[in-house]
Amino acid sequence: MLDENKPRKKPLVQVKNLKMHFPIYRGILKRQVGAIKAVDGISFDIFEGETLGLVGESGCGKSTVGRCVLRLYEVTDGSIDINGTDIATLSGVELRAKRPEMQMIFQDPQASLNPRMTVGSIISEPLDEHMIMTRDEKRERVGELMDAVGLARRFADRYPHEFSGGQRQRIGIARALALNPKFIVCDEPIAALDVSIQAQVVNLLEDLQQKFGLTYLFISHDLSMVRHLATRVAVMYLGRLVELGDAETLYMTPRHPYTQALLSAVPHPDPAQAGNIERIILKGDVPSPANPPPGCTFSTRCPRAQAKCKQDSPKWREIGEGHFAACHFIE
Amino acid sequence: MKDTNAAILDVVNLKTVFSTRDGEVHAVNNVSFSLKPGELLGIVGESGSGKSVTMMSLLKLLPMPPAEIRSGVIEFDGQDIRQISDEELRRIRGGEIGFIFQDPMTSLNPVFTVGFQLVEPLRVHMGLSRKAAKKRAAELLELVGIPDAPARLKDFPHQFSGGMRQRVMIAIALACDPKVLIADEPTTALDVTIQAQILELIKELRQKLGMAIVWITHDLGVIAEIADRVAVMYAGQIVEHAEVKELFANPQHPYTRALLETLPKMNEARGTRLASIDGQPPNLDHTPVSCEFSPRCPYAFERCRKENPQRREISSAHDVACFWDFTSGGPFDA
Ligand SMILES: Nc1ncnc2c1ncn2[C@@H]1O[C@H](COP(=O)(O)OP(=O)(O)OP(=O)(O)O)[C@@H](O)[C@H]1O
Ligand SMILES: Nc1ncnc2c1ncn2[C@@H]1O[C@H](COP(=O)(O)OP(=O)(O)OP(=O)(O)O)[C@@H](O)[C@H]1O
Ligand code: SF4
Ligand SMILES: [Mg+2]
Ligand SMILES: [Mg+2]
Repeated sequence: MLDENKPRKKPLVQVKNLKMHFPIYRGILKRQVGAIKAVDGISFDIFEGETLGLVGESGCGKSTVGRCVLRLYEVTDGSIDINGTDIATLSGVELRAKRPEMQMIFQDPQASLNPRMTVGSIISEPLDEHMIMTRDEKRERVGELMDAVGLARRFADRYPHEFSGGQRQRIGIARALALNPKFIVCDEPIAALDVSIQAQVVNLLEDLQQKFGLTYLFISHDLSMVRHLATRVAVMYLGRLVELGDAETLYMTPRHPYTQALLSAVPHPDPAQAGNIERIILKGDVPSPANPPPGCTFSTRCPRAQAKCKQDSPKWREIGEGHFAACHFIE
Repeated sequence: MKDTNAAILDVVNLKTVFSTRDGEVHAVNNVSFSLKPGELLGIVGESGSGKSVTMMSLLKLLPMPPAEIRSGVIEFDGQDIRQISDEELRRIRGGEIGFIFQDPMTSLNPVFTVGFQLVEPLRVHMGLSRKAAKKRAAELLELVGIPDAPARLKDFPHQFSGGMRQRVMIAIALACDPKVLIADEPTTALDVTIQAQILELIKELRQKLGMAIVWITHDLGVIAEIADRVAVMYAGQIVEHAEVKELFANPQHPYTRALLETLPKMNEARGTRLASIDGQPPNLDHTPVSCEFSPRCPYAFERCRKENPQRREISSAHDVACFWDFTSGGPFDA
């Protein structure tokens, strides 16, 4: 079926039919009255050494996917295969042994760093938990990590508040690298940073990927930054994937009506073009994930929706080589 | 005064300082700008560069103390609003000058319905009857694109989504037909699809209502799309100011250039490295005595570290505060 001579890229992460439903409880008896379908049946691969970008509007479930993939939640359904092990079903002890391979970088550098710990102890905390090392070995490792992210070693005894936003994000990155992970989920790592600092952090993430052969799931709502960083991009809407493809192809020729609208909404920093860009303005807001519309979940806002869309849920299928989408009207 | 096309808002040498326990914070340093009727002035600059404090100073919306307006003239519609009574100032606030604040939840009151919050200013500033005010309130919600507007007047802010709350804020700011609308990062917290809706709305309202707008943002893409002119702020000062196309095509301040270069381009090949602005943001504990950008500036030379450059005109629609001259590729001598 596949050309045997063509080298196949190896998936490091394989997610199949992932679901994460958060129960909604009401009343004094706390009976479950429904569920927020934050992630509702999605499948994708992440190849070794690549950056998969995950984009979509606020509340569509991006962070939940990121957290599920590291099993920071008990998932409702589906499998998450990382480097040959389905981590969705691992026991506590087995999971702990797997933890060093996979790490997360958070959006808010301020909130994710303990203000009472020195930078040195923040970075070495994962070492304390997972490694048997002497004090000197640890100090040396912390030094190496600080070098890797471009923080001067003499800052090791300082506290997070003494650093700028970009520097704080470097501390978080150094900590995530401590255990030599293969796979890192970056959840909006630059959203809280000023434009002038974002570029520094993005360049750093790229350098580290080259140097250590890292694989990233890069979650962001900054579509131009994702275009810059990602090898492939997945577009999410209301708990589901609507399109996934090679970054270049997806940005040049988006096929799903939602991807088309989303990309057309990005303002270009070029006033000479301002009048020429054809913009698809979506009407209304995103429906609630507690009560998603029947059929295609995008049908309430889709400029191309037909009667069929309100009834049948479109299948997730390959529409071109390595290009997937879920829409009734893509040939 | 002199201009035939007189400005509706004219700010000259505004200086605002905070007194804190750790000393003074010179948040706004000799800022001057003007705004003509119907015009949209974009203000950009990094976090902490003084964008919000500048605009809040105009209407004394800052806590005083710690804030103090040390100097400056703020002329609105022919009168100096630093000299007028508090009562008159209240009349202008929310009346002739509408304000959209950076954080919608702090400025919408959670315990009152959206209808009440729209009706109040209409009665106070416009002297409308309850019935007329209610009718107008529903029209305003409709104008900003909220479906089923008359019914939604009874709803509380938390019953609206983020994008809708932002539209409610715009409706409130527009309630009294302001001559000037000041919008502080009105779309920053929103998704691009909702932002696109709001930008479309603003373009439409400008045509319909012809008001002047000051739009604060850190998103150069948004600026490119809606602004007529742009002022770039750094360390509490306007370091460059130009007509929008001119600014993007021919930036003259090293900071503006760096800012434009840090942006990833939507049509650029993957793997190209982003330019970044290294170094620390400025310290605001003093009146500038040198170019505040000089520690981070690749063009800085001796003079930059000894003297604070003043804005100089490059052409009639463009000025810059920098000692370097990109045209000659050397120091500017005058
Ligand atoms: N622990 C939780 N319990 C209940 N509901 C949750 C929980 N976490 C997330 N949700 C809900 O699940 C949906 C998806 O949330 P999620 O944080 O994954 O979105 P997101 O795409 O990351 O959004 P943003 O861009 O704003 O970060 C939202 O409706 C959210 O309210
Ligand atoms: N109440 C206050 N007391 C002391 N300093 C203040 C106060 N409010 C603002 N500042 C300082 O004034 C400077 C300018 O702040 P301002 O809010 O105008 O920045 P901004 O350009 O609007 O930034 P942002 O993009 O983050 O909104 C900052 O250094 C800030 O810390
Ligand atoms: S004045 Fe000097 S230091 Fe300041 S921006 Fe211009 S060249 Fe750079
Ligand atoms: Mg999130
Ligand atoms: Mg501000």
